[in-house]
Amino acid sequence: MRIVVTAKYVPDINTERGFEDRRVVRNAGDGTLNELDENAIEAALRLVEAERESGSIGPQEGEVVVITMAGPDGDVALRKAFQLGVDRGIRVSDDALAGSDYFGTAAVLAAAVRKLGEESPVDLVVTGMAALDGLGSVIPTLLGAELGLPTLNLAKKVELAGRVLTITRELGDVTEQLSGPLPAVLSVTDTANQPRFPGFKLIMAARSKAIEVWSPADIGIDPAVAGTAGARTETLSAAPRPERAEPEIVTDKGEGGVALADFLIRNDLV
Amino acid sequence: MTNRTVLVLLDPATEVRTSVLELLTIARGLGRVEAVALEAPTVEVLAQLGAYGVETVRQAQPARDGASVSGDERHLPAVVAAGLAAAVRLTDADVVLLPTSFAAKEAAALAAHELGAGLVIDAASVREQGGRIVAGKRVFAGSWDTECAVTTDVAVVTVRANSAVAQPAAAAVEPVTEGFAVEVAPSPVKLLSREVKSDTSGRPPLDQAAVVVAGGRGTDGDFGPVEDLADALGAAVGASRDAAFEGWWDTYVGQTGVTVAPRVYIGAGISGAPHHRGGMQASQVIIAVNSDPEAPIFEICDFAVVGRLADVLPQAAAEIRKHKG
Repeated sequence: MRIVVTAKYVPDINTERGFEDRRVVRNAGDGTLNELDENAIEAALRLVEAERESGSIGPQEGEVVVITMAGPDGDVALRKAFQLGVDRGIRVSDDALAGSDYFGTAAVLAAAVRKLGEESPVDLVVTGMAALDGLGSVIPTLLGAELGLPTLNLAKKVELAGRVLTITRELGDVTEQLSGPLPAVLSVTDTANQPRFPGFKLIMAARSKAIEVWSPADIGIDPAVAGTAGARTETLSAAPRPERAEPEIVTDKGEGGVALADFLIRNDLV
Repeated sequence: MTNRTVLVLLDPATEVRTSVLELLTIARGLGRVEAVALEAPTVEVLAQLGAYGVETVRQAQPARDGASVSGDERHLPAVVAAGLAAAVRLTDADVVLLPTSFAAKEAAALAAHELGAGLVIDAASVREQGGRIVAGKRVFAGSWDTECAVTTDVAVVTVRANSAVAQPAAAAVEPVTEGFAVEVAPSPVKLLSREVKSDTSGRPPLDQAAVVVAGGRGTDGDFGPVEDLADALGAAVGASRDAAFEGWWDTYVGQTGVTVAPRVYIGAGISGAPHHRGGMQASQVIIAVNSDPEAPIFEICDFAVVGRLADVLPQAAAEIRKHKG
């Protein structure tokens, strides 16, 4: 069982996030592994561990590889992935890749997966449900389309029986069960599992573990299909919203509910 | 008016949701509007579409390997996407608008991939500028506004609910339904089951409601006061992720749950963690009720009551019912 997880280096949602020159500010200090990718890593690790436990692969067999497209600061995300116990971390990097849209990002990640597949077959690609900066949620779908693989999205429950993956997903008022054969692309939600806490040994080992850096040429892709050059959208402006006015705060002394109703009524909101 | 053709996804076609009416309103501002359905629209649906200026409903007739794709399978994103892509080619459309559910995002991505079209997800506005489609987005938990232009011939855009006020067309038309064949690529993905939860609450859907009342940890599991206020206001009910994980309520508001941007959002017993704020901070008016005066949600609200929600909510509900008469 060889699994590739795609990860994104994103601004921490607990920090002041913003844009500079129409691009998201990505500082090493405030950047982190997209929290939702931890669910993807957890899902991948569990699938490999389950195979080892069942004896269908040897105790040393099976591999989880994390790939990310980022500048050098993105190593922060890969180090975090190492702490959780992934075997390999690869960063695809090139200045020309900055400003990639959904399609450029998916094309680059797909090329990296294909490159890994040339080394030895990839059974599964796992992603999180979204990246917490853009929240588009379309990369897993586009990755599946680029790779021509069956795609099972937004799983809250994942079962693997032999080479058939079955997921349960909830989309608003609809609950679906879908299945597809490996190799496949799978995305998992934040309710699919509880990501593990890194152990001391892994934290220590993660510090010095080697990160592989691949260029577009290494994965056989023309950087012009991604980055600003390949993007199908052009950001025209990014501006901070005006601060909200000071709130009106009432302390309830028996009339708090009346005050709330009055606020709604006098602002014509009822 | 330009000669642009705008397609709006109508799935399901057995009802016209408010979000679709909003899409139709936005679409009319961009060009001539057609709807794309995966099943036959009902008579009521056709009348509503006509009132919103839809001249033609394109009804996809999907087939795979010579066999018709029917039933629940028609709602699978891959099938919907094939229908949209074929409809764009058939009508030479320039813009495809979809609502912003997870299923619609999947269909939008696949259709755009197939068409080589530019894609914008979660737009809050869509307009034309210098011959290009420009979409506005509210990002980083509602703290930044961005605008981007689609640089390809075709634009596929998913639009957030409450991005426009639904307005019927100046003059109603009588829509014509036209079927068209769609070849869906073979796929090894099997739909084993699909269940639609029927909502008997009588409340509007959370992702489309104009008013939302949400409960968090502070409810201690009792959503009675939250539901009471919601019903007095005709609002939808949601929860924080914590409250949903406790099993107190099904659907939660947050950046990985339902993203809401209603006219009024009322958070009761919700502290306002970043995850929750990411799902509601774009709301127009934010009201908080919390017993903790230090709750972070107070930093982003317009009006707040520091107090016990079990006291404040029922009193507010009674006062609103009295006002409504």
